[in-house]
Amino acid sequence: MNTARLLLELGAVLFALGTLGRLAGRIGLSPIPLYLLAGLAFGTGGLLPLDAPEGFFTTGSQVGVVLLLLALGVEYTADELITNLRRQAPIGVLDLLLNGFPGAVLAVMLGWGPIAALAMFGVTAVSSSGIVSKILTDLGRLGNRETPSVLSVLVLEDLAMAVYLPVLTALVAASTPGSAVTSVLIALGMLAVVLTIALRQGDAVTRFVGARSDEVMLLCVLGLALLVAGAAEAVHVSAAVGAFLLGIALSGEVADHIRSLLGPLRDVFAAVFFVFFGLSTDPAALPSVLLPAALLAVVGVATKVLTGWAAGRRAGVGSAGRLRAGVALVARGEFSIIIAGLVAASVTPAFAPTVAAYVLIMAVLGPLAPRLADPLVHHLARRDAKRRAADHRADGRSAGPGSKPPTGPPDTA
Amino acid sequence: MEVEETRLPGIGLRHDFVTAQGRRMGVITQRNGARHVVLYDQEDSDACAATIELTLEESEVLAELLGAPRITERFARLREQVAGLVTEGLPIAAGSPFARGTLGDTAIRTRTGASVVAVVRGDDVFVSPTPDFRFQPGDRLIVVGTRDGVHAAHALLTSH
Repeated sequence: MNTARLLLELGAVLFALGTLGRLAGRIGLSPIPLYLLAGLAFGTGGLLPLDAPEGFFTTGSQVGVVLLLLALGVEYTADELITNLRRQAPIGVLDLLLNGFPGAVLAVMLGWGPIAALAMFGVTAVSSSGIVSKILTDLGRLGNRETPSVLSVLVLEDLAMAVYLPVLTALVAASTPGSAVTSVLIALGMLAVVLTIALRQGDAVTRFVGARSDEVMLLCVLGLALLVAGAAEAVHVSAAVGAFLLGIALSGEVADHIRSLLGPLRDVFAAVFFVFFGLSTDPAALPSVLLPAALLAVVGVATKVLTGWAAGRRAGVGSAGRLRAGVALVARGEFSIIIAGLVAASVTPAFAPTVAAYVLIMAVLGPLAPRLADPLVHHLARRDAKRRAADHRADGRSAGPGSKPPTGPPDTA
Repeated sequence: MEVEETRLPGIGLRHDFVTAQGRRMGVITQRNGARHVVLYDQEDSDACAATIELTLEESEVLAELLGAPRITERFARLREQVAGLVTEGLPIAAGSPFARGTLGDTAIRTRTGASVVAVVRGDDVFVSPTPDFRFQPGDRLIVVGTRDGVHAAHALLTSH
C-alpha cells in the first residue's frame, strides 16, 4: 500500500514536471517558475498535498544542488576563472554591490535580522547562469559582441558565491558572535585550500576519476561529488561550493565526457530541487509578501540593466549591445533558491515565501525581458548607425561598406 | 585579414573577421565539437543577424565545400593544360558486364589505348589501380588518353 502510494504520487509529480517543462518550452519560458508553482501546489497547504514521496524529495533536493553546481563547475576551466577574475573584477564588484544592496536593505527595513539581510543580499545579487545561458542560445546571441561580458559577469558571480556560501553557512551554524567569527575564518581557510587543489592539482583529480565506460565514470564522479560535498558541508564550506570546486578541478577529456553524462541526471534532480523548495513553502503566505517581492523585482531589473550596461561599456560595445547585455542578466533562479534553502530554517518565516515570490517573478521576467526590450534595442542601434553615418559624412569620407570603425567609444569604465 | 579571437567562458572560442565587402562574420567553436557560424548585422555590428548551428559532421562538409577541390575538377584542369590529352570520369553502371570484374578484365589500355589512372568510389579515390583491382557498381573510372581512345573506352564500358 505504501509503495503504491509512493510511486503514484512521485510519478504524478515528475510527470507533471515534464508536462510543465514542455509547456514552458512552447511559450519560450524557463521551466523553473513552473517547477516552483508545482511544488507550491503539491506541498503543505497546497491544492493537493502529497506527502508520501517526501523522503525522496528531501534527498533529491540535496543531490540536485550538488549536481547543479558540479555541472556548473565542469563548464569552466581553471584559467578561464583566473583570467576573468583578473580582467573583470571591477564589474564583478559593481554587479554584486548594486544588485545585492536592495535585498539587504529590504530585509533590514522589515526587521528580519542580520543573517536574513546577508541572505537577501545574495538572493538579489546573483543571476541564474542556467536561464541566462539558455536565453543567449535561444535568441542566437552567442556570437554577439556583448555576450563575453555577460558570460564574464556570470563567472564572477559564481566565484563570489564560492566565497559567500561558506561564510553564510558558517554564520547560520554559529551560536554566538565569537564562534561565528571562528567558523567563518575556518571556512574561508578550508576554501582557500580546496580552491588551490582545484586550480593547481586539477590533473591529479581528473586522473583519479578517469575511466572508460559511461557507467563507471558516472558512478565515480557522482560518488566523489557527493563525498566532496558532504565533507565541504561538514567544515561549513557548503556542499554547493564543494561540488563547484570539484567541477572546476575536472578538466580535459574527463570534463567533456562527464558534461554529456551529467546533463540528464542534473536536469531531473534540479527539477526535484525546485519542486522541493515549493513543497516546503506555504502558498497561503504568498499574497502578503507579493508587494515587497514585486518591488524588489522592479529594482532588480533596473540594477541588472545598469550592470550589463557598465559591462558592455567596458568592453567597447555600442549602446544597443549594452542594453542587450543588461536585459539578458535579469533572470534569477537556482542560486537564489539555494541560498534561501540554506537559511530558511533559521530566519523569519516570511523569508522563504518572499524569495519564492521573487524568484517566480524574476524567472518569468528573465526570458521575457530581452524580447520586451527589443524595440528599444533596435532604436538604439539605428540611432548609433545614424550617428556613425553623420560622423563619416562630416569627415568627408564616403559612408559605404568599406572599413567599419569600432562601435561606440572605447571607454575605460 | 585580421582574425579576432575571443574566449566565451563556459562555451568555447569565437573567431571573427571582417570581409573585404565590409561584412563581419565568424565561427564559434564549442568544446563538444559543435560549431556556430555567425553573421553580424550590418546596422548594429555588435549583434548577430544570423547564427547557424552545425554539428561536427556538418562543419566538415562545409569546410570541404569551401576549401577542398574535388578530384574531377583537378582532372578537368589537367585536360586544359595538355593539348590532345583528354580525361573523363566514366561510371560503371550496375548493369555493365564489368560491374564486378577486375581492371585487367576490361583490358582498356590494350583495346583502346586509354589508361585508367584512378577509380573514385564514393568519398574514396584509388590512384593507379593494379590490373587485379575489382570494381563495384557505381565506381567512376578516371580515364586519360586521346579523344578517340576515351570514347572507345566509354563504349567498351557501356556495351551489352
